[in-house]
Amino acid sequence: MTPEPYFFLLIFIGVAFVFPIAPLVLAWLWRHFFQPAKPGAAKNATYECGVESLGEAQVQFQSQFYLYAIIFLIFDVESIFLIPFAVAFTGLPIGAFVAILVFLLLLFEGLVWAWSKGCLNWAK
Amino acid sequence: MEQKIDEGLRSELQKQGIWVTSMQELYNWGRRSSIWPLQFGLACCAIEMIATAASRYDLARFGGEVFRPSPRQADLMIVAGTVTKKMAPQIVRLYNQMPDPKYVISMGACAISGGPFKQGYNVLKGIDRYIPVDVYIPGCPPRPEALLHAFMDLQRKIDGQKLTGAGKADHLKKTQASEFPVPEFGEHDLEPPANPQIFHPPEIEGA
Ligand code: SF4
Repeated sequence: MTPEPYFFLLIFIGVAFVFPIAPLVLAWLWRHFFQPAKPGAAKNATYECGVESLGEAQVQFQSQFYLYAIIFLIFDVESIFLIPFAVAFTGLPIGAFVAILVFLLLLFEGLVWAWSKGCLNWAK
Repeated sequence: MEQKIDEGLRSELQKQGIWVTSMQELYNWGRRSSIWPLQFGLACCAIEMIATAASRYDLARFGGEVFRPSPRQADLMIVAGTVTKKMAPQIVRLYNQMPDPKYVISMGACAISGGPFKQGYNVLKGIDRYIPVDVYIPGCPPRPEALLHAFMDLQRKIDGQKLTGAGKADHLKKTQASEFPVPEFGEHDLEPPANPQIFHPPEIEGA
């Protein structure tokens, strides 16, 4: 007698149900017979590394941050150029030296400009 | 639960390949072999804790390598380092958020009593003022071996906990609290400076 080919599916479905449900039932039985549940205010509170949580999770960052972000980005890039400049400093021809000074000056001017425009003050 | 089966018979059966156990033993075996610590370092002692978890000392041999970043999944809090008064409420809150059964190892002089910083205005003189401690490890810092020893002590303690009867483990009792009050910042000190239900400092005779 050949077994019904789809019979295995039935077995799999059975296992698929029993597998997750059995531990849950066991946990429930355990709680019922041995270890009473002890919920509490702190235990049920939101976990925030031990600090009491404040406010909502979905906060919006203020748009004023973009000025800082841009200035940061520019100086971040500058530092990438400065490192090879510093490494190669002693062996640089005068032209390259002047070029990097001009580059630095441009950025410095930019900073002075941004500063005088009040970009470094926190806009309310 | 009383041990129903005779020890001699048990080992005899074991030799024949028949393993006899009880629910309590199984339960404690499972718990002691998978103590997951809370990933939580406070000061220099934490470096030793990290070394204990790393390959050389290998806490994994005892089933304790799974350092959990969330108290919800942790069984053990290793207070590894100096507890400042600023940090103490957070520690108590983390302890409260751990599910039962939970254990505490107080690692190093600082966590026991404030250690070298005992005179500091901002240092808590021992975490056992607010949460119950199971194992204390002296030392500054205790070596990883000492932490392993404490871990084994804790395993022994877990092994001895009863599942039923009058002397059953605290976490199984309905009346036993699983949360402790979180201290607040007062004007000069934490309020209260210690939890009198938990903190029983040794009395000095004649003092
Ligand atoms: S006991 Fe010593 S090693 Fe440990 S945290 Fe305190 S000062 Fe650091």
